[in-house]
Amino acid sequence: MYSKKVMDHFMNPRNMGEIPDADGVGTVGNPVCGDLMSVYIKVKDNRLEDVKFKTFGCGAAIATSSMITELAKGKTIEDALEITRKDVADSLDGLPPVKMHCSNLAADALHAAIEDYRKKKEAEK
Amino acid sequence: MDYAAGMPLDPRVFKAMKPYFTENYGNPSSAHSFGANAKNALMKSRERVACLVGAEKPEEVIFTSGGTESNNLAIKGVAYRNKEKGNHIITTTIEHMSVINICKHLQKQGFEISYLPVGKEGMVDPERVKDEIHDKTVMISVMYANGEIGTIQSIEEIGRIAHESQVYFHVDAVAAAGKIPINVDGEHIDLLSVSSNDMYGPKGVGALYIRKGTRIQPVIQGGGQERGVRSGTENIPGIVGMGRAAEIAKEEMAAEGKRLSQLRDKLIMGVLETIERSYLNGHPTERLPNNANLRFSYIEGESLILGLDMLGIQVSSGSACTSKTLEPSHVLLAIGLAHEEAHGSLVFTMGKQNSEEDVDYVLETLPGVVKRLRAISPLTPKEMLR
Repeated sequence: MYSKKVMDHFMNPRNMGEIPDADGVGTVGNPVCGDLMSVYIKVKDNRLEDVKFKTFGCGAAIATSSMITELAKGKTIEDALEITRKDVADSLDGLPPVKMHCSNLAADALHAAIEDYRKKKEAEK
Repeated sequence: MDYAAGMPLDPRVFKAMKPYFTENYGNPSSAHSFGANAKNALMKSRERVACLVGAEKPEEVIFTSGGTESNNLAIKGVAYRNKEKGNHIITTTIEHMSVINICKHLQKQGFEISYLPVGKEGMVDPERVKDEIHDKTVMISVMYANGEIGTIQSIEEIGRIAHESQVYFHVDAVAAAGKIPINVDGEHIDLLSVSSNDMYGPKGVGALYIRKGTRIQPVIQGGGQERGVRSGTENIPGIVGMGRAAEIAKEEMAAEGKRLSQLRDKLIMGVLETIERSYLNGHPTERLPNNANLRFSYIEGESLILGLDMLGIQVSSGSACTSKTLEPSHVLLAIGLAHEEAHGSLVFTMGKQNSEEDVDYVLETLPGVVKRLRAISPLTPKEMLR
């Protein structure tokens, strides 16, 4: 049902964990639905210096979270915001149709983390 | 360990079926010797299924295309035929989807359905059933055992209540037949659904026991086979297979049931002892011999299935992610689990090909899979990860 890439990211998730002093945290989903994702970012000179995640959910949820950290790491804030759900799914060689909506939340979590970072910066001013 | 999803055909069953595809392809309705041969096979299979469920007369067994059709025939057939008596049916919230969807269908046609809640361990309280009966009640439909959480109901007690109130009692025994003893007479059962592929028989065959004198109408009209209750040329190879499967099940039930319940208990105890925040779903003792339904906090069932599959262990889950509807199992919600708890449940259903080594292997590997997923989950309390 899943591509080899999905299984690889599920079995060997990249950048798993929290960033204790993260500059931004984005959490999306809900344990009631079966998927909950948190993405943590560390920003330096407008670039995502570090990206980590923690996820409760199915195989696709874990794989997409792992993939988003790889896609986003090193990118500028602006470029990271351009990453879409489709980009994540494509980078994993596709997801089963039913998973496209319910478990493909990683891009949203990343965007939420950037939003959080921007808000914090705004507040500092 | 996912026998509930599909069982292999017993080689002895296959052997019994084989001649009926190519050599003995007669139609039981024909008058010639070929037909007589098929008719004879049909009769023998009927006897064997009757014997498995404790029916006195073989002719009380009607062959169908499987458990779903048996449930349709039993519930719709009795509901439609007894409309002048009443329109009320009592069932439970943990029935198989076929029973629940049949009842929903009848509801749209003006029938009144009571879906009785169950306790934390999945038991229906017979007193609740009694209280629910009124003068328009025509039928009570309660499953013998639940294939997902394994809980076995107090069938005899509910049967007695049904009979005292002169209400038909239908039992969906698809998950129970062949695994635990059933006695339609002693348990006051009027209609009982069974399926062949849940006892190592072929798929696409089932049976419905209908007590003599039960007022029922067919849901499939046609040439009048099966005493007019279920028309259509009989699936002789399938029926022969089901008959043989029933015969084997009857012979081996006691020994196999004992063996499986020992494996089951070893698995349950082992998991509960070695994995913290793990729980058993369903009843601790009134439970199918081959079923262990376990729940793990902070993680989700599908990822558990995948992780175990990579290690060669196949199981099932109550998680939404593994269902067609994207809803968690209605059974787990009915026993009072929160959605996130239902998501984290795993169902082990064991069978003939499982051994103690399999259980040992699960006990060796499962803790690691749970630990890994808990490390990834944001819900896991920090102190548990140390």
